Amino acid sequence: MYQYDNIDQTIVNERVAQFRDQTSRYLNGKLTNDEFRPLRLQNGLYIQRHAPMLRIAIPYGLLSSKQLRKLAEIAERFDRGYGHFSTRQNLQLNWPKLAETPDILEELSKVEMHAIQTSGNCIRNITTDQFAGVAPDEIIDPRAIAEILRQWSTFHPEFSLLPRKFKIAVSGSKQDRSIVQAHDIGLEFYYDEYQKMAIRVWVGGGLGRTPILGSVIREHLEWEHVLTYCEAIIRVYNLHGRRDNIYKARIKILVKALGIEEFKQQVEAEWLHLKNTPNTIDETELKRVSQFFTAMPYENIKDQNNAYDEAIKNNKAFASWAKRSAHPHKQKGYRSITLSLKPHGLAPGDATSDQMRVVADLADLYSFGELRVSHEQNLILADVKLENIFNVWEKAKVHQLATPNIGLLTDIICCPGGDFCSLANAKSIPIATSIQEAFDNLDYLHDIGELELNISGCMNACGHHHVGHIGVLGVDKDGSEWYQVSIGGKQGSDASLGSVIGPSFAAEEMPGVIKKLIDVYIKHRTPEERFIDTVRRLGIDPFKEYVYA
Amino acid sequence: MPNSQLILNQTIVDDEWAFITLPSANEEVKKQAGKVVLFKITGESLPTDTQISQTIIPENGKIILPLSVYLSKRDTLKSRLNKREIALWLATHETLDALIAIEKDLNIFPLIAVFVERFQDGRIFSLGNLIRTRYQFKNILRAIGDVLQDQLFYLKRSGFNSYLIKEGKNAEEALKALNAFSNPYQGAVDITEPIWKRNIR
Repeated sequence: MYQYDNIDQTIVNERVAQFRDQTSRYLNGKLTNDEFRPLRLQNGLYIQRHAPMLRIAIPYGLLSSKQLRKLAEIAERFDRGYGHFSTRQNLQLNWPKLAETPDILEELSKVEMHAIQTSGNCIRNITTDQFAGVAPDEIIDPRAIAEILRQWSTFHPEFSLLPRKFKIAVSGSKQDRSIVQAHDIGLEFYYDEYQKMAIRVWVGGGLGRTPILGSVIREHLEWEHVLTYCEAIIRVYNLHGRRDNIYKARIKILVKALGIEEFKQQVEAEWLHLKNTPNTIDETELKRVSQFFTAMPYENIKDQNNAYDEAIKNNKAFASWAKRSAHPHKQKGYRSITLSLKPHGLAPGDATSDQMRVVADLADLYSFGELRVSHEQNLILADVKLENIFNVWEKAKVHQLATPNIGLLTDIICCPGGDFCSLANAKSIPIATSIQEAFDNLDYLHDIGELELNISGCMNACGHHHVGHIGVLGVDKDGSEWYQVSIGGKQGSDASLGSVIGPSFAAEEMPGVIKKLIDVYIKHRTPEERFIDTVRRLGIDPFKEYVYA
Repeated sequence: MPNSQLILNQTIVDDEWAFITLPSANEEVKKQAGKVVLFKITGESLPTDTQISQTIIPENGKIILPLSVYLSKRDTLKSRLNKREIALWLATHETLDALIAIEKDLNIFPLIAVFVERFQDGRIFSLGNLIRTRYQFKNILRAIGDVLQDQLFYLKRSGFNSYLIKEGKNAEEALKALNAFSNPYQGAVDITEPIWKRNIR
C-alpha cells in the first residue's frame, strides 16, 4: 500500500497544527459557529445528537494492521471502545470530545492517517472496489490513480468550498463493485484499442434525496488527463451549481437541468483550456505511485488444498461460512476473505477495539498485514492461502466476526440512524437488528440466497437504500418514525434504483414486511433466480399486493 | 505597522483605493445565474439600470468600481483609466464575459477585486484562477467581503495576492494562514507545477 514520504507526512502534520489552532480559536470565541462549521466538517467532525462524530478517512478502503491497531487504541482512549465502518469505507467514532479531536488527529498522523475532507462541501474520500488488485475480473488496478486523485484533491484550492459535497469513485473491474454510477464522478478504467489505459467518465450520479444514476460524459479519456478533466467538470459545477438551495446543490441537479449534452459541451470547452496544463500526470509519477500497489509476494501453489477440502467436507458450519465469505482470487491457491461486521442483533458495521485487534492479528498472520473495508461495511483479508482459511474462521468465529451471511439478507447495509445522527428522521440500527433476529435461521437464510438489504435513517441515503434489492428509508410522519420500503434497486454494472412499494410501515411491522417480500420471491422464483432477478422479471405488483393484502 | 485590515502579499498595508458601492435597489430586480440560463432563480440579483446610473463616482482618486458601472460608463472613464485610477470589482455570481468582449487586456486595470458575500462561496476561487490563468491578469487581485483567515491559503493558491480581512477579525493573526502548508500537492495558480514535477520528492 501507499507509504508516506516526508512531503505527505508534513502535509498531515501541518493539518493537525492548523486544526488545533482553529479549534482553539473556536473555543476562545474568535470563530463563530458558522465560521467553524466548514472547518470542522472538512476534518470529519460533526456535531451530533449526543456528542460530536468524527469520521476518519480510509483512502479507498485500504488499511494496514498497524493502522487498524491505532484505530483500536484511539477508539478506546478517546471513545467508548468501538467504531463504525461506514458505507464510504471510512471509520466513524460516535463519542469523541470536541476539544480532544486535535489530539485524535495527531495520533492518526503517526500512522499516516487523517480525517481530511471526510465531510463538508469538498472532494471527499475516493472510494473503490474492496477487491482491487486481487479480483480475477480486474482489468486495471485503480488504486494508483486513486492515490494520485487523493493527493490532487487534498486541499485543492479551487474546490475547497463547492456548492455541495463531491464524491469520486474509481473502478477497474468487469463487474463494478464501486457503484461508479452513483457518484458525482465515476471513473471506470479499461484498456482501449491501442492497449492504453483509458477511462470512461461518468458524471452526475448520486443517491440522497434525489437519486439519479450518472451519465457517461466521456467514453474515452486517456489516463494522464484524469486530473485536468476532473478539474474541468468540477469548475463548471463550482461556478454554475446552485448555492441557494442545499437540496438542489449537487452536481446531479446541474447535469439534469442542463442536460448531459449541454453540460458536456461546457465541460469540454473548459477542458480545452486545461488539457495538458501542469496537473497532467506523467509516466514517472504513475510509476512511482504504482510501485506501492504491486502484487503481494505470493507463493507459487496449487489452487487446491487437501486440508481445506477436508474441512469443507466435514464441517458444515465452516463450509457454509466459506461459501459466503471466501471470494475468488487472481492468484492460484489464494482467496479473499470477508469478515462479517453484521452479527445478528448488533449494529451493522460496528467493530469493538478488541475485534479490530483480532483482525489486525489475522492480517499479520495470514494476509501480508493489510486489510480492506468494503462499502458493504465489512472487513476483508484480501490475500489468504487456502490452507489458512480454516484458521481464520476459527479465530474470527470466537470474536463474532464469522457470521456466515456475506451477501445474504442479514448482511444489512445500514447508516447509524436516529440513535446517533442528528440528520436522521428515524432509527435504522434497531430495524436492522430486528430483521436479523427474524432471519436467524441460517438454513433459511442461505436458501433465500443473495440479497442486499439497505437501510437509511433519512433521505440523505448513507445506507444507500436506493440501490438495495430491498431498500428501507426512515421517514418522519407527524413526529413519529415510519419506514418506506422499496424493491428492485441494485448496485453493479447493471445498477438500478428501487421502486417504493407503497405507504410506509411502523418499526414493529418491518420484520413481517420483509418476510412477506421473501415469501413472494420464494413462491415465484425459478431455480436460478436471485431475489433481484425475480423482482425485475415480475415487477413490484405481486410483492405489493401480498404485503398490503 | 499600518492600522489596516488590508493584506498585500505578506504584509499589512494602508488602502489607497476607495471602494464604490451601488445604491440599494428599490425595485424588483431581475435574477440570473452566470452562464446557466436555466437557473433563473439563484437569489442573486444583477444591478438594475437605475442602480447603475445612480452610482456616485468620485471625481478624483483611485476607485474600485462595480463591474456593471464600468461597463456602462466606460467611455467617460478613459482618461482616468490612463492615469491608472480605475479598478473593478465583481461579485461571485458575475462573469467576465462582457468585460472580455470589450477589453482585450485586463492589465489596463491596476487592480481587480472579487467580492464574496459569504465566505463559504467557493466561486471566488474559480474566478481568481480564471482571471489569472485565462485572462492573464498580472496586477493586484484582491478578495473583499467576508474574507476570513481560514480561507486565505486557498485564495492565495487561486491567484489572489491581496485580502481585505473582514472588520472585527484580526488581520495580523490572519497573515500566518497564508503559509499554512509548505508543499501543497497539486499545481494551482501560485505554484503551477504539481508536487511530482517540483523535483522535491
